[in-house]
Amino acid sequence: MKLIYEKSQAGRRASAVPRHDELPRPGVPEELRRSQPPRLPEVPEFELVRHFTELSTRNFGVDTGFYPLGSCTMKYNPRINERLAALPGFARLHPLQEEDGAQGALELMWRLQEILAEVTGLDAVSLQPAAGSQGELTGLLLVRAYFAARGEAEQRRKVVIPDTAHGTNPASVTMAGYELTPVRTDARGNIDVDDLRGKVDEHTAALMLTNPSTLGLFDENIEEIEQIFHGAGALMYYDGANLNAVCGISRPGDMGFDIVHINLHKTFSQPHGGGGPGGGPVAVRGILEPFLPVPAIVRRDEGGFGLDFDRPQTIGKVRGFAGPFGVFVRSYAYIRMWGPRLREMSEAAVLNANYVLARLKGAYDLPFDRLCTHEFVLSAKTLKREHGCTALDVAKRLMDYGFHPPTIYFPLIVPEALMVEPTETEAKETLDAFCDAMLAIAREAAEEPELLKEAPHHRPVRRLDEVRAVKRPVVKYGFGEHPVTKGEAKAVVTEAPQGV
Amino acid sequence: MAAAESYPEELRYHEEHDWARIEGDEALLGITWFAADSLGELVHFEPPEAGSSVTKDQSYGEVESVKAVSDVIAPLSGEVLEVNRQVVDAPETVNEEPYGNGWLVRIRLTDPGEADALLDASAYRQLLASQ
Amino acid sequence: MTHPFLALTESDREEMLRTIGVASVGELFRDVPEGVRFGRELDLEPALSEQEVYAHVAELAARNADASRELSFLGAGMYDHYVPAVVDAILQRGELLTAYTPYQPEMSQGVLQAIFEYQTAICELTGMDVSNASGYDGTSVAADACYIAKHATGRGKVVVTEATNPQVRQVVKTYAAGFGLETVEVPHRDGVTDPDEVERAAAGAAAVIFQQPNFFGCLEPAPELVARAADAGALPVAHVDLLSLGVLEAPARYGAAIALGEGQPAGNFPSFGGPHYGFLAAREEFIRRMPGRIVGETLDTEGERGYVLTLQTREQHIRREKATSNITTNQTLLALGGLVYLTWLGPQGLRELGETCLSLAAHAKQRLEERAGLEPVFADQPTFKEFAVRVGRNAREVVAAARERGVHPGYALGRDYEGMDDVLLVAVTERRTPEEIDRLADVLAEVAR
Repeated sequence: MKLIYEKSQAGRRASAVPRHDELPRPGVPEELRRSQPPRLPEVPEFELVRHFTELSTRNFGVDTGFYPLGSCTMKYNPRINERLAALPGFARLHPLQEEDGAQGALELMWRLQEILAEVTGLDAVSLQPAAGSQGELTGLLLVRAYFAARGEAEQRRKVVIPDTAHGTNPASVTMAGYELTPVRTDARGNIDVDDLRGKVDEHTAALMLTNPSTLGLFDENIEEIEQIFHGAGALMYYDGANLNAVCGISRPGDMGFDIVHINLHKTFSQPHGGGGPGGGPVAVRGILEPFLPVPAIVRRDEGGFGLDFDRPQTIGKVRGFAGPFGVFVRSYAYIRMWGPRLREMSEAAVLNANYVLARLKGAYDLPFDRLCTHEFVLSAKTLKREHGCTALDVAKRLMDYGFHPPTIYFPLIVPEALMVEPTETEAKETLDAFCDAMLAIAREAAEEPELLKEAPHHRPVRRLDEVRAVKRPVVKYGFGEHPVTKGEAKAVVTEAPQGV
Repeated sequence: MAAAESYPEELRYHEEHDWARIEGDEALLGITWFAADSLGELVHFEPPEAGSSVTKDQSYGEVESVKAVSDVIAPLSGEVLEVNRQVVDAPETVNEEPYGNGWLVRIRLTDPGEADALLDASAYRQLLASQ
Repeated sequence: MTHPFLALTESDREEMLRTIGVASVGELFRDVPEGVRFGRELDLEPALSEQEVYAHVAELAARNADASRELSFLGAGMYDHYVPAVVDAILQRGELLTAYTPYQPEMSQGVLQAIFEYQTAICELTGMDVSNASGYDGTSVAADACYIAKHATGRGKVVVTEATNPQVRQVVKTYAAGFGLETVEVPHRDGVTDPDEVERAAAGAAAVIFQQPNFFGCLEPAPELVARAADAGALPVAHVDLLSLGVLEAPARYGAAIALGEGQPAGNFPSFGGPHYGFLAAREEFIRRMPGRIVGETLDTEGERGYVLTLQTREQHIRREKATSNITTNQTLLALGGLVYLTWLGPQGLRELGETCLSLAAHAKQRLEERAGLEPVFADQPTFKEFAVRVGRNAREVVAAARERGVHPGYALGRDYEGMDDVLLVAVTERRTPEEIDRLADVLAEVAR
């Protein structure tokens, strides 16, 4: 398919911009003036629409079909949310509007905060962070500020993270200026408490944990873990990526966590948009409230809602304005359509995952023999050993069956990992069709492995040469000098091996 | 095309999958077949600067494949005399000849006695078998 | 009881529990220790139907004075440019809206190619060699630039001009605490920045960040600022307005190392602050230090062209604690909106837009002087689409009084700058007309003195 730049023809355009040639136009000083026009595409409106429509047909979303990416919670994104976010009262509202002109928006944010406090079992909320990662960084900056205020900043330099952690956790630790202390996972898929005890002391600032973990398992020792950390004077940070499993069933605040980030694009239905936007609000225990980013959304004594910038101990700002407001509209509407029935949402998510696990665990390796929560991890290591078919090959072959593959090669502690999260918004027939496909693929691996190794067969492209993309990065269109883009066919086996 | 698995007898090995070819008071350093095979085709080598020092058991550079990045650990301490430009320009050389043209740096040893702590080929093979 | 977002029926549930081998849904949670079980119902209002939620949330929307209900000259980093209908039409396509990050490229050629086209557009506008797939917004990408500069130069300080958006400066300071970077500000002089002062501050700095046009709407002596930063060994970082780049020079051409900014003006509604996209582009030499997703072109096994995420070893899922950033979910859909907008606009449209903003803003400056007796604060400086004007009394009171007459006249700068309690920042986009500008002038004539 051509790039939009390859469809461009000089003199064509879609836009009509108001002109005011009757008014004098100030010149731009010569040294500041544009010398060469940018080579933006020149296309009429209908070519534009056709181009992007065609692009969309080459893409697969939750709307297209089953999308069981583990830890991403690819659930249905209700269309009412889109209609509400597009209302002019929200879409065309300027964030610097006076408070009395933004009461509807401020009230929506305040109500969302109250809801998230109740769901997490904590006291105060900031909606500002733009994504889970930004929520993590915010949380760690809160930890820093808390200990600085107590004179313990120099003393507490370490953050404990399990080996199953999502890569954002250690990356956030570094960005916040902390050192990483890794802790192992035991044979039941829980944090190895014996390993943990020796690693937590007066130099520890915090734990960063997802519970249930990236293995889809609820940590059975969470109460003891809480005692270890709080006993050492450290804080506990909860990565809310897996909150879809436990809404109304177990609250992170009740598990002992002091700071929680929530992924609005996971649990609370903000569409993923091909990679974003998201929302990563943080909820905290009262002791951390003074450090939250500004502005805080407050209810005013005299009635109404406002923005409070008077927070002398705030860590500052991590993002502009009060946060990604359009995301709040969607999540708020979504939660209002569940109310206390959010519990049923989590129960259905856990039921669906256990059902798929029960049907598949005979055909793939099961690293941890337990009931799972909203997601589970299987391994293709026997398939690899006996038939040379890897998790990558299974994933590519699933595409031929019309499914988006699950997450592969994560968490790192499981070789040839396949992490499956169906979510609650799938019918049993869909789950059965997926299981039937996975079982068929396991059989194909034994009988006709080339079907896997050469998959996918029916997508817009075959397997792509990722080595070439790295060795000779072409990251923009080169116009007259674009490199040859149709070339010799090459055998590409882009295994995703683990680093040494 | 990648080399077949081998661990030459005349080299010394570090448990982080690095080797040293000791020649008098100098040594060539590189990564083993196991390391190269685990990473897959190398696409990038981030070398140290000539003249800088490397310390036993510590990282002196990085190698990357498409999907993984790995520190390269120094089996011995010394001063970097030369960086293998062939590997910088064509990192896949390491997969083709991990012990030949795929060497990474040449160093002057600052403590030749450190070699005693390294594994010989058979001990390294045993280490791999036990993993 | 069914729910519109669940398919589960009673008989489904029974069959599934049988297959799993447990007696009840409750048993699925047997690993959750008693002590942490939530023993009551969530204290939330009962579930609403779609019709009910629409009524409730639409009522909240109706209580906001948005730009369809009030004539607005409010800018200060977020602008009321016209967003054409094609943007929504494309962004609402479910295959794009409901997809996630394109980790499986064969399933995601639509998003990957779109990001490649977006990266190309940003590079064309800024003159840079590489752009990422987006950052969160115009403030956090400035923090990203500090992280790049810290590792590229090994230095421990960044310089930011006071004439840069106050929220950008605040976010940079917040992140700098974690990066271990000191931040230093260079004050504005008559609405712009003095290159000599930048040169002094830049000694030993990793980066110098300035905004063009700056927060006051004034044009900075950008090539000079860049040269002085570069001479001191600091990376020159230009925070720019994409919609000015049809009439203002591309930052790479005057020597900037990194160009970034807030993408909202190009194709996103203001939406009370977000979501939007931050763009970040740099010279070739920084490609391996770039944070965020980058899409590259390649071939498949049949020799067909295709797109993939590339240079992933920079990112958190591989490099973990040594990653160039922790960013994962970014702002792809909004950046896609930017791409659609810029494609709609075209190069002629972009130039005309810039010229129209220049004309209308200059016209507004003149009318405010003629009809309301209000003088621009930085009269000697060329401006783009925004300018600061001195009103006779506290600017916030002027805003309140003007709004009673249906006009929002602009941003009261006293919140962010000392000694400017009587200064308004007035933004004029291509959506404004000469008649509306006259109305602004007449309202201010009534309330400003």
